[in-house]
Amino acid sequence: MSPYFESYLTVGAFAALGAVLVLAMLGVAAVLRPAKPSKTKNMTYECGVDPVGSGWSQTYVRYYVFGLLFVIFDVEAVFIFPWAIQAEQLGVFGLVAMILFMLTLLEGLAYAVKKGVLKWV
Amino acid sequence: MDAILDLFDNFWVSLGGKLLLVALMIPLIGMVIGFAEMKLSAKMQYRVGPYFAGGRWGWAQLIADGVKFFQKEDIIPTDADRPVFKAAPILVLVGTVALFVVIPFGPGLIFNDLDVGIFYALAISSLSTIGVLMAGWSSANKYSLMGGLRAAGQLIAYELPLVLAVVGSVILAGTMSMQGIVQAQIDAGYPYIVFQLVGFVIFMIAALAELTRIPFDMPIAESELVMGYVTEYSGFRFLFFFLAEFANMFTMSAIAVTLFLGGYWLPGVPQDVLEWAGPFILMGKVFLLVFAMIWFRWTFPRFREDQLQSLAWKILVPIAILNIIVTATLKVVF
Repeated sequence: MSPYFESYLTVGAFAALGAVLVLAMLGVAAVLRPAKPSKTKNMTYECGVDPVGSGWSQTYVRYYVFGLLFVIFDVEAVFIFPWAIQAEQLGVFGLVAMILFMLTLLEGLAYAVKKGVLKWV
Repeated sequence: MDAILDLFDNFWVSLGGKLLLVALMIPLIGMVIGFAEMKLSAKMQYRVGPYFAGGRWGWAQLIADGVKFFQKEDIIPTDADRPVFKAAPILVLVGTVALFVVIPFGPGLIFNDLDVGIFYALAISSLSTIGVLMAGWSSANKYSLMGGLRAAGQLIAYELPLVLAVVGSVILAGTMSMQGIVQAQIDAGYPYIVFQLVGFVIFMIAALAELTRIPFDMPIAESELVMGYVTEYSGFRFLFFFLAEFANMFTMSAIAVTLFLGGYWLPGVPQDVLEWAGPFILMGKVFLLVFAMIWFRWTFPRFREDQLQSLAWKILVPIAILNIIVTATLKVVF
């Protein structure tokens, strides 16, 4: 088996182990634990009295614009890594190009701040 | 003896051994860090902490807690979205376990030295947050919903400083493999914190936020949201969130140690000593950082949600980008 394939298998096996651990321990606990559900016990918790309305209440996601910015910035941060590994070999040309790229990123951030979208509403 | 060691040359046998090792390591780490947190917080608040379990110092407290959780009823609220509610702790623990793959414990002692090591670690570490968001949403509870949304907002804000803080070390090492980064520090003769102090500080702040530890514990915020996204969880499902938090404290610290503090290496220790002392040196450094995290928890008050966002976007991200520019310039020019 090639090391390439082995790496994938190891990662997959470790991820599967996470799921197996949870299921196995819950399975063992299922033998030992009591199970006496009742209407009040299974009620949603809300400060001790009966809950008012649905738990999925309308919520104002205040960081909506932050989310949009995050997608843009995170995708662009990925571009930095391939260059970072080869920074020395790519030399001054690569450095100048990347500095321009990162300054553009910073300018985008500064624009967002100036526009006032990074204000908590 | 040799026959047994030869057996581990087989890929499947060694994979099985690794899985067993990690399955034992995670509860052990959870117990050690959990106990350390109990005792240290007691010391910092002039209390005694756990005292009776196990005879002396209450050393068996966490074992007793584990046994207790086995007997707890598994309550799923009627209103909850059952499949998602059940899947959330699984996803949280999957992210935790998968993170162990790339931690180098010594020369050659790594579960698998992926070429994209650090990048993989950053990607996997945000998997837990999806589990947290699922837990918050599926509980059908107002507190849980707020907690889950806050956790997602926190990930959005701090993923970026975390990723950018790492780039400095990658530039210096010229590789993303975790073993490669440690080896580069050994070859250079100094840990990267010497030139990457800024990167280290940003990484630790962002790691604290990703771990939702105080001062960034808004998703749980006991005094505002009861217990945040875990409000509706009980028994073992509840325990898994805490196990994952403690194990993640360990892995995040181990990544920080590898990137900035020289990993399993200490200046002046020869290679043949590192072969067996590596894991102990790594553990020592990791628990130093874990101690700092526990220390912060009992020292700082909680941030406000808007302060959290502006700290990340207006301070940490620009500083991280400037750090990359300075590091790269120094590396290329000199």
